[in-house]
Amino acid sequence: MRDVAVIGFAEAPNVRRTHGTTNGVEMLVPIFRQVFDLTGLTRADIGFWCSGSSDYLAGRAFSFVSAVDAIGAFPPVMESHVEMDGAFALYEAWVKVLTGEADIALAYGFGKSSAGDLRRVLALQLDPYLLAPLWPDSVSIAALQARLGLDKGMWTERAMAEVAVRSRAAAISNPEAQLSGTVDADELLAAPFVADPLRAHDCAPVTDGAAVVIIAAADRARELCERPAWITGFEHRIDSGQLGARDLTGSASAASAGAAAGASGVELAELHAPFTHQELILREALGLGDSVRISPSGGVLAGNAMFAAGLARIGHAARQIISGSAGRTLGHATSGPALQQNLVCVMEAR
Amino acid sequence: MTTPLSAPLEISFDYTRSLGPVLSQFMTGLAQRTILGSRGADGRVYVPPAEYDPVTFSPPAELVPVGPEGTVVTWSWQPEPRDGQPLDHPFAWALIRLDGADSAMLHGVDAGTATAMHTGMRVRPRWAAVRTGHIRDIACFEPAGNEAAGPAAASPDAAVPEDKPDPVTMITTPVRLRYQHSVSAEESRYLRALKEGKVIGQRCPACGKVYVPPRGACPVDGVPTTTDVELPDTGIVTTFCVVNVPFQGQRVPSPYVAASVLLDGADIAFQHLILGCEPDAVRMGMRVRAVWKPPEEWGTTSENISHFEPTGERDAPYDSYAQHL
Repeated sequence: MRDVAVIGFAEAPNVRRTHGTTNGVEMLVPIFRQVFDLTGLTRADIGFWCSGSSDYLAGRAFSFVSAVDAIGAFPPVMESHVEMDGAFALYEAWVKVLTGEADIALAYGFGKSSAGDLRRVLALQLDPYLLAPLWPDSVSIAALQARLGLDKGMWTERAMAEVAVRSRAAAISNPEAQLSGTVDADELLAAPFVADPLRAHDCAPVTDGAAVVIIAAADRARELCERPAWITGFEHRIDSGQLGARDLTGSASAASAGAAAGASGVELAELHAPFTHQELILREALGLGDSVRISPSGGVLAGNAMFAAGLARIGHAARQIISGSAGRTLGHATSGPALQQNLVCVMEAR
Repeated sequence: MTTPLSAPLEISFDYTRSLGPVLSQFMTGLAQRTILGSRGADGRVYVPPAEYDPVTFSPPAELVPVGPEGTVVTWSWQPEPRDGQPLDHPFAWALIRLDGADSAMLHGVDAGTATAMHTGMRVRPRWAAVRTGHIRDIACFEPAGNEAAGPAAASPDAAVPEDKPDPVTMITTPVRLRYQHSVSAEESRYLRALKEGKVIGQRCPACGKVYVPPRGACPVDGVPTTTDVELPDTGIVTTFCVVNVPFQGQRVPSPYVAASVLLDGADIAFQHLILGCEPDAVRMGMRVRAVWKPPEEWGTTSENISHFEPTGERDAPYDSYAQHL
């Protein structure tokens, strides 16, 4: 197997609402241009393309096919799609490069969450026999998880608010963030519940956005990037779809993926935690101590573009290596209710 | 730049699913106001039942009745219920461990107010008046021993013996979602021009091809298409089919012709109806012209052009459209 590295990343502004279509072209064309300018590549250099998006989010069938217009797919290109976050598309792209099917691959994810009622749309990712027919919304399910930890004394509402405080402060330096600024926990805790025990600051904002990451095999990576972010571990795991059949206060799948990917010893982790308490769960599961910088981009509490945000976490973690400000980082992506599915990508400088 | 056009879009579909042996028993039980769990190889009882044992991955050896009362393991408050949820007034979501079960099931609890909820509280199912073998046969849970909930909680036909029922093997779950569907800036210009009785396409700055409707990005070059080109409403049939099969929503009596029409000056064909001649008279290369609805009926819609009809001109030679097939 050969070495593979992330060599480029770009993301669209994380905004509450775009006027664009649900096929993502308006968000994708500018960030493809950015990432090609950054790497000096053209679309003809890309040996494999893979996207992550959702037809339920778009409200139309085969919405990802229209997105292919943004990549210029004639003559035909080698292309694939996952109905998942773009981070899982990156995993497929990584396998393609590892196995020599392509030397350079590009993964992208996009989602216009604002087109529908996101909380309802996400009910359709649940078990279709026992859960989805009740239409439990994503915030209510996360709130069940939050209370379990509160009741057990594993975290407090204040500790959750502190996660939001740190996230918004970090996002001040991220020009693509939707929510940023200096707030204090007392101020946040004075707000009413959205879904007792969750308040607005505990929940990632509804976000439209897109992200793109380019990876390359060893020789090409060194040619194209001064300091590639070498992928040393890339793993994903899933927990039971039945919410009452697993321990929601921990994340067995994140712990397992993290251990397999080599999460210990990272300096910095970009975590895909759409709810404040989920960041606390993930830190525990991934064994991230107090010395590890968490989500310096602001994380997804500053902007959670569905089907792109996980890929963007890997992109931000890679950017810290490419820019020379970190030596070993971790990007995490989640999918499903209450951290059901978790992916961990560990990268390092050489 | 003017705001792109958008419109509400509602999509709905009744999903029908076969249940398999385990969930079939569970749903059949619900119709009889019985809740079944599966006993796993480790002795744990899973509710809802696990289709495969989480430890040994084999089908469950037995299903056992549990509850009907249970204990709230965790809860959250839903102050503004959304479409399709168990109750249409504020309620709690809860994971409920039924008596005799080791795992918890999700449902709503009709508690009235959040202050009436607490972890560890006892609840019991409120059964739907009409039960079909579906998770919604449990309308919701309600606080146990709460006499205020008495009338709704009572089971008027509880004493009536029920015959052994036919097993429920399928469930139907209606899904309805609402969106605000937007078209792109380029498609918006196209639709607004149609309202003025004009057809506009766009030329790719890289390859020079003209796309109609305009697409926002050239699929060959991946660059934004920016230059508008006004096109005539005449063109040729590149290929076509005769529709003989009636279907839901059909507006033209069959048989009729759906064709790919390549407007003069365009590089991509679009689909439209060919009327005004017998279906068997339509042929590849036939010259056609748009038939517009009366101007007072025009809107920002492709339906302004009712259909295309033959012009009677000589057919276009095959070579002139071969590359568009």
